[in-house]
Amino acid sequence: MLLWQVEVFPKSEAVDPAGRSALFALRELGVKTVRQVRSTQLFIVEADADRATIERLARELLADPVTEDWIVVAPTDKPSKKNGTGVIEVHPRPGVMDPVAASAQSALSELGLTVASIRTARRYTLSPAPAVAELELIRRILGNECIHEVVDGPRVPAPPPRPVKHEFRIRHVGLRALNDDELSALSRRGHLFLSLSEMQALRGHFRQLGRDPTDLELETIAQTWSEHCVHKTLKSAIVYRGAPFPSLFGGADGEARVPQNDSSAPGSEQHVERFGNLLRDTIARATRELMAQRRGPECLSVFKDNAGVIAFDERFGIAFKVETHNRPSAIEPYGGAATGVGGCIRDVLGCGLGAKPIANTDVFCVAPPDWSADRLPRGVIHPRTVLRGVVAGVRDYGNRMGIPTVNGAVHFDPRYLGNPLVFCGCVGLIPRDCVEKAARPGDLIVLLGGRTGRDGIHGATFSSAELTSTHADEFSHAVQIGNAIEEKKVLDVVLQARDHPDGCLYHAITDCGAGGLSSAVGEMAAETGAEVDLETVPLKYEGLRYDEIWISESQERMVLAVPADRVEALCAICRIEDVEATVIGRFTQSGRLVVRYRGQDVGDLDLRFLHDGLPKEERAAEWRAPQAGESDELLAEDAAAASGGPAHASPIPSLATPFDPMRSALAAHDDNQPAPPATDASTSRDASRPTQRPTPVSVSAEFDRDGPDLADELCRRLSHPTIASKEWIIRQYDHEVQGRSVIKPLVGVRRDGPADAAVLRPLLDSSRGVAIGCGICPQLSDFDPYWMAVAAIDEAIRNVVCVGGDPDRTAILDNFCWGRTDDPRQLGGLVRACVGCRDAAMIHGAPFISGKDSLNNEFALHPHDVAMLGEPGGAVRDGRLAIPGTLLISAVSLIDDVSRCVTMDFKPVASRLYLLGQLTRIVTTGCAAHGAQPPPVVQTSGDSPTPGSCNAGFGAQPPHEDGRLQSDMRPTFDPRIAARTHRLAARLIRTGRVAAAHDLSDGGLLVAVGEMALAGEMNCALLGCPGGPAGSGGLTPFDAVNAFAECPGCYVVQIPEPVPIEHLLLDEERNLPMTLIGRAMPPPPGEEPQLSFPAAEPEFGVSDERIAVERLREAWQRTLRW
Amino acid sequence: MGAINVLILRAAGINCEEETAFAWARAGAVAETIHVNRLIESPAMLERFHIVTVPGGFSYGDDIASGKILAVRLSLHLGDALRAFVQRGGLLLGICNGFQVLVKAGLLPGPGLERRVTITHNDSGRYEDRWVWLEATSDHCAILRRGQRWMVPVAHGEGKVVTDGEETRSRLVEGGHIALRYCDAQGRPGPFPINPNGSEMDIAGLTDATGRILGLMPHPERAIEATHTPDWTRQRPADGPGMALFRNAIEFVENHVTAGG
Repeated sequence: MLLWQVEVFPKSEAVDPAGRSALFALRELGVKTVRQVRSTQLFIVEADADRATIERLARELLADPVTEDWIVVAPTDKPSKKNGTGVIEVHPRPGVMDPVAASAQSALSELGLTVASIRTARRYTLSPAPAVAELELIRRILGNECIHEVVDGPRVPAPPPRPVKHEFRIRHVGLRALNDDELSALSRRGHLFLSLSEMQALRGHFRQLGRDPTDLELETIAQTWSEHCVHKTLKSAIVYRGAPFPSLFGGADGEARVPQNDSSAPGSEQHVERFGNLLRDTIARATRELMAQRRGPECLSVFKDNAGVIAFDERFGIAFKVETHNRPSAIEPYGGAATGVGGCIRDVLGCGLGAKPIANTDVFCVAPPDWSADRLPRGVIHPRTVLRGVVAGVRDYGNRMGIPTVNGAVHFDPRYLGNPLVFCGCVGLIPRDCVEKAARPGDLIVLLGGRTGRDGIHGATFSSAELTSTHADEFSHAVQIGNAIEEKKVLDVVLQARDHPDGCLYHAITDCGAGGLSSAVGEMAAETGAEVDLETVPLKYEGLRYDEIWISESQERMVLAVPADRVEALCAICRIEDVEATVIGRFTQSGRLVVRYRGQDVGDLDLRFLHDGLPKEERAAEWRAPQAGESDELLAEDAAAASGGPAHASPIPSLATPFDPMRSALAAHDDNQPAPPATDASTSRDASRPTQRPTPVSVSAEFDRDGPDLADELCRRLSHPTIASKEWIIRQYDHEVQGRSVIKPLVGVRRDGPADAAVLRPLLDSSRGVAIGCGICPQLSDFDPYWMAVAAIDEAIRNVVCVGGDPDRTAILDNFCWGRTDDPRQLGGLVRACVGCRDAAMIHGAPFISGKDSLNNEFALHPHDVAMLGEPGGAVRDGRLAIPGTLLISAVSLIDDVSRCVTMDFKPVASRLYLLGQLTRIVTTGCAAHGAQPPPVVQTSGDSPTPGSCNAGFGAQPPHEDGRLQSDMRPTFDPRIAARTHRLAARLIRTGRVAAAHDLSDGGLLVAVGEMALAGEMNCALLGCPGGPAGSGGLTPFDAVNAFAECPGCYVVQIPEPVPIEHLLLDEERNLPMTLIGRAMPPPPGEEPQLSFPAAEPEFGVSDERIAVERLREAWQRTLRW
Repeated sequence: MGAINVLILRAAGINCEEETAFAWARAGAVAETIHVNRLIESPAMLERFHIVTVPGGFSYGDDIASGKILAVRLSLHLGDALRAFVQRGGLLLGICNGFQVLVKAGLLPGPGLERRVTITHNDSGRYEDRWVWLEATSDHCAILRRGQRWMVPVAHGEGKVVTDGEETRSRLVEGGHIALRYCDAQGRPGPFPINPNGSEMDIAGLTDATGRILGLMPHPERAIEATHTPDWTRQRPADGPGMALFRNAIEFVENHVTAGG
């Protein structure tokens, strides 16, 4: 067998995008010496073939005749390197998915050449040769050690390592003899991540059986009982002690809560509430009650399947699932995000008897992109690299699958440094008679799709643990690269088998995700029983142990329950589609999960114990309302702002000082504790690490900085990365494939305005539509997770309403990402968020249909890095960096006729602008005081915006132990008014009265209007900001506080002249808050569009601010114009 | 004549077959989606069809190069059958990935120009989805009317048409191979984003010497409804601009083809 290497390289730099983007990445992260990078694709072919044959392959298959040159390196040739250059080669590690190699191999066989193996690699030739000090950084940028071998090249081609043959031997784990300490040690050492009481339950079970478990049995239970698979925290009994819940809705018993005492002494009372099962008693309960009351869309399947399903029309349902893939994305952003997308698509494909995926969504939470590379904790990938990687991962997987990615968001906060969050959603179309499924005894277990390898082992348990600085090494096997085309083929097979002329070819289907076969088969067999023969599972390579086959999470696999007489029909489809289908066992009636390998039992578990044996734990949760601390100071600042004090006197940290986000976050938390100077940090670093770090590119440095006037401030807000245009991301996603697109993510004259939500027509021949939107406001989590949940739900609903969605037929999904919930304070916050979810869902009539949680999102820092990030502080505690409690709400809403949809860009008609809803601030304490009464009329002048939001710049507020911001806020936001406002907005849109609608979210009113103006290229003259005294039309000049207050429940709508809104209202809508705030009109011919508004000036009273819309556009676009 | 039959060719990773079939049906044809493996099994089934469409997607992952592996398979197994199909008057349309496949299989620009034209990575170095203007610039393409201009979306990472030099470029011009060019709303050429990928001579689509093979990077099948257009909430068009292409093709078949069906 000969080993040939074909080297394919671009003929010129002009056609070398891989080289150019590598150079760009190097320079972006501070590599200075390298000025040119050329890339070469390497194919290492192991075959019995002569040089002429290999040359023919290079010419006909591997190289492009116009743009590329190639050479063939024979086994005997010595690799050479040009002087003055550096060469780095990036080779996939053995066993890592290499889709190009797989495709090349099948194409070669088509051309008549059988090869023993083929691998690919990429070579980067750097000139001039980089400085030695930069080499480590360069290696890290060009490859990821988790999945790549990054070597100095050129490397002499070597045959692939042969897997070690292992001898089959059943291994038992001596569990029965272990004491408690040893049980805990075993749980950690074996990466089981089970608690002591769970390990004790296991020990008790096997003592009762009088035998020890096999390793496979232990692994099966650990996977099935993992937080990832069973959500034991959210489903556990929890006793909550702490501040009362705002009594917006009922208590856990369904009765209206007794109104609490006056809010002036928040936290003074101790509320105690016991939840038998937190999820069931809050989120699921709201759904149950709404279904009983026939409110919301018709729910066809909730919380029990891989995705939730609502009715779309008489024939079809809409399935929706949102997943997180945080841990893998933290370690390998590209592969982590891609397999996150892949997994979520399989959830939808494995929902019921299979839904056809028609749209994807993606939301990322990452640290600020200009984070100093000098202050990157070890084990952490730079946020810029993370963001580039996850975007590329979603792009490559979604685009290749032919599923449009239509909606998303990116939120920046330094506390996501160690645990970036990656949410992937998928929407599917499913025939209503395909929603139910059940495997039947006698059905064959068919494994469909990709082969099984050692990749992804322990993903389920890994995803349930906190990350540490050494996780990248310990868990590299949990990280995978996806192969979208394999999954597309599986999708094609499943949908054909589902819609087979003889009827669906299977009784049940599920995806092989976390936990691999152990979870998939274990779940499907829960009501029956199953026998599996592991040696029948097709493997990528030899050498897997039986337990590895069982728990491997290799991607692109589905498990089906197929009646014996239909297997052949299924296989016939698979043959045409080039998909492997293998019978690996059968479902039985035994109630047992029996796993065999080469005829011997390697596992025999009681399914009832597996699914119900998890000990129920009662957890303690506590939450303390922010105490009155520095409220006096706050009030003074408030007053200063209200009286026209300088903008920077507001309690909002200015965007002008955000260079050290973590430090400013920490400093904001504790002003008495100066953050350590950067030099302390660098000297405390491990000396073995390079101390020469590149200077980061600072996005912040590009912010407008001149002057405190509001027009400049508006530009600064627009440039904040959370607010700024995401066009760089959006255009990389195919958001139109499948031809269902109605409202695209970018709208307006130049197609660059931010659409509030996406609209699709699920059926190509129908004008019925669905709107897909999301809401996320982790900045409120520090304030009160209850209100974060209420605000996120409100935002998600506003977004779908803005494009034409129906608030009476909107379903929502929850995705919690939280810190360590064995900390009662963190758990207390989670409880409050769940209660907020329940209350808001009930108020809005929007049922939850699916959800998922990801807990323990904390990063255990290397001890040297703790000081660097500045302990003590709110963000770093006990050496761990925790994310802010984060809740993503995704919404899907029905639209009867998409031709009624609107977009957020001002249309070229003379028109009035109204604010629907009240400019308020959201509060935690005190709402209870008003019980079910309508809220008082609000004095908004001088109100402060929500704390810690985008307004706070990069330094989002840390958790407030001392509660300096919240303590004396008055109750102002009432979701019940908001729910009615949503219906008003929706009705005006549905009846064709609205030319443009946009919701107030990050950045508040002035940002919303600015976005509408730049998208519509229209003149816009604002009369003032709501909140003025009676007699002024309710208006007051804009100031740095009210202009950017982030208020839930608010819309800006453009209503064409001459009809004023009063003429459009129904009686019951007349008492809803709404204010005429200005006018929009086409600019006079030859003039550039402008935005004007009255601004409060400290010395001159009121000034008329004017700003060119073009300047707003530039401010909004430049931050993430990557 | 009877029904006009369109074969939509599928393969692993092709993903625009549903909306492409829908566009043909909307234009009045009967569309049938068939996997390339089935067609290789029985190439004679081509005789039933008037039009073959290779839709967009990522055939075989676009691994090695976009469209390359499907192009190799078509050349090996179906090259003669497809040439005969066009010879007897059939239309062959490649959209996006389908265009890449036809170029890399040597069917476009056609005999004498094989291996002289290719489609490669966008100048921007990344995948991009955006709407562009196109103008039909060839006299002899069966599916296009010279001077017609529409707005349609592109969505690709490798859409830059590149030639091996000046000689090939002039042969493309003289042979009327340049079927479609990127332009602005007034028909004028321009840099990015008017030309979204850096294509030489703003080439968006090519046709062969017979005019019956057409390949284009943009996606007319994503522009067949008024609500497909990116600014329909501003100015409501009566119909999707991409329908013109499908209707032209049907009209051509009705006027010129008597065989088949």
